[in-house]
Amino acid sequence: MARFRTWVGIALAGALTLSLVGCSSAGGKRAEDARKAAAAGGRAAVDTPRWTFAMITHSGDGDTFWDIVQSGAEQAALKDNVNFLYSHDDEAQQQAQLVDAAVDKKVDGIIVTLAKPDALKAAVARAGKAGIPVITVNSGSGESARFGALTHVGQDETVAGEAVGEELNRRGRERALCVLHEQGNVGHEQRCDGVEKTFDGTLQRLYVNGTSMPDVQSALEAKLQTDRLVDAVVTLGAPYADTAVKARQGAGSDAEIDTFDLNAKVAAGLEDGSLGFAVDQQPYLQGYEAVDLLWLYKYNADVLGGGRPVLTGPQILTKDDAAALAAYTKRGTR
Amino acid sequence: MSETFPQVSRPQPEPPAAPARAYASRLRTLLARPELGSVVGAVAVFAFFALTADSFLRAASLSTVLYASSTIGIMAVPVALLMIGGEFDLSAGVLVTSSALVSSMVSYQATANVWVGIAVSLPVTLAVGAFNGFLLTRTKLPSFIITLGTFLMLTGMNLGFTKLIGATVSTKSIADMDGFPAARAVFASTLTVGGVGVKVTILWWLGLVALASWVLLRTRAGNWIFAVGGNREAARAVGVPVTRTRIGLYMGVALGAWISGQHLLFAYDVVQSGEGVGNELIYIIAAVIGGCLITGGYGSAVGSAIGALIFGMTSKGIVFAEWNPDWFKFFLGAMLLLATLLNAWVRKRAEATR
Repeated sequence: MARFRTWVGIALAGALTLSLVGCSSAGGKRAEDARKAAAAGGRAAVDTPRWTFAMITHSGDGDTFWDIVQSGAEQAALKDNVNFLYSHDDEAQQQAQLVDAAVDKKVDGIIVTLAKPDALKAAVARAGKAGIPVITVNSGSGESARFGALTHVGQDETVAGEAVGEELNRRGRERALCVLHEQGNVGHEQRCDGVEKTFDGTLQRLYVNGTSMPDVQSALEAKLQTDRLVDAVVTLGAPYADTAVKARQGAGSDAEIDTFDLNAKVAAGLEDGSLGFAVDQQPYLQGYEAVDLLWLYKYNADVLGGGRPVLTGPQILTKDDAAALAAYTKRGTR
Repeated sequence: MSETFPQVSRPQPEPPAAPARAYASRLRTLLARPELGSVVGAVAVFAFFALTADSFLRAASLSTVLYASSTIGIMAVPVALLMIGGEFDLSAGVLVTSSALVSSMVSYQATANVWVGIAVSLPVTLAVGAFNGFLLTRTKLPSFIITLGTFLMLTGMNLGFTKLIGATVSTKSIADMDGFPAARAVFASTLTVGGVGVKVTILWWLGLVALASWVLLRTRAGNWIFAVGGNREAARAVGVPVTRTRIGLYMGVALGAWISGQHLLFAYDVVQSGEGVGNELIYIIAAVIGGCLITGGYGSAVGSAIGALIFGMTSKGIVFAEWNPDWFKFFLGAMLLLATLLNAWVRKRAEATR
């Protein structure tokens, strides 16, 4: 026991010394705090009652995309003097139960994603019956109005795919690869379908296991090694773009890597030319607008969109946009 | 209780004693119940959320909690029986999805009454359970390995067949087909009791708990399960049909998966082929919190229900209490450890007083 205590003491002293002498002059937490301070501040800009809005998504644990949606929603909640609750589950049944729980809590508004619309139909109807306004975000543009939601805020996946197909044509690509990192995701299938629709060349689909990056890289490498003619790889999520760049190096291929969605690495990749283009659906906007539109409805009975989805994408981003984006992606708002 | 089978670590009704001693012996019997520790845990969790989450005690909220518990509990009952029999089933989570997929696709592709799909799904699901049990008894490999293989194969088959048959990753809606309303009433309806919606799965769950308790405590098969889980060779030596019991236990899990799968299908009309992965561990957790031993030979069906209830209360209570959901899994893990430690402690005390 005494020896154990000595070791702990030594370890603590060591850690303290390191933290004193080992300061980095660039990057790190301090730089992040400085950026945050420069970003939008946090005080309510209205004096409406403190309503409670709940957001329930189909995100898994620790998903960067949903962090950005959340930060947009939180920013709007701050301005609108709203108490914002966030919960998520990637199992449809669990997500429906979370919506039920929000209805039980008698919240003032619900924001929900309809990635698995049929599973959530009953829960959304229950919210309507309880007189709670619902706004759908990100997925479910086709079902939103039918389920009785006020508005849908998001991107039409097929339209986004079509935009990618056209951009590939513009860049003179002939043989593209659509990398699906989540087997069983309808939205992903729609994206590849959209690309297929407008792309004049041939499109192949490659399913990879998105929960394991080494897996994704080796699968891509193998594909690029066997099919030398592939001249464009389209990944469906920002984290996979960087992996695709590594796979391209490993396979000695010269295919252009393009991606759906955006993160700091993608912005940097656009800038240094390792990536061709990114197609963004502006997750920050989805979260921000959803909260803000609920607030407008509660405050002024305003509804945006005229019964049609409010689209936040697709926005094609290239090297020209990269410089401005870098700062925002680092801040965690793009 | 007049069988010639060995009595395994189960509280025996004591011979009638003097009234003063009767009370003490009843208390001892109660202390020896496997689910006692989890009851203490459940009361603690309930009290905790009742105090910290103001909307937790509403009737509608409790109904949501019970529903969440029942969706786990229906599977936790047969999984608990299997664990008392000393085995594991890692394929239970995806088997629920498989069962729902079979039911939905058979009905849709054949344009048949939905009851046809339900009827086809039952033997198919039971066959998977029998396959697990058969491989286990024939190969002598640990159940962990065998069901891990089944789990991976089922995960692939769920997706592969769904895409092959329907060209998308989820099934087509069967809500407009014949027999759907009746099937929904059986598997996924909501009964209104005193102005509060009570999901029918809660009844299924309680029914299964009662049935499993009766089997465990009042039938020869129950004795066999305890015997097989306690000491397989000894059980075989005294004539317990070990092979049949183990295959039966896996088919029991399959039956639970069939009920859960039909609920999934008729609650939501559509099944996502990729779901169910990971739930098998939740069923095992519920059984373990409820007092089942990983090593077999000890546990109860009621305990699994209380384990499922603790799980349901925690998972929804965190939402009602407006906590950060990022920490959900942490609490779950901590609770599992605490509940199991409490169980072990209570059991040691009970054995000391015997």
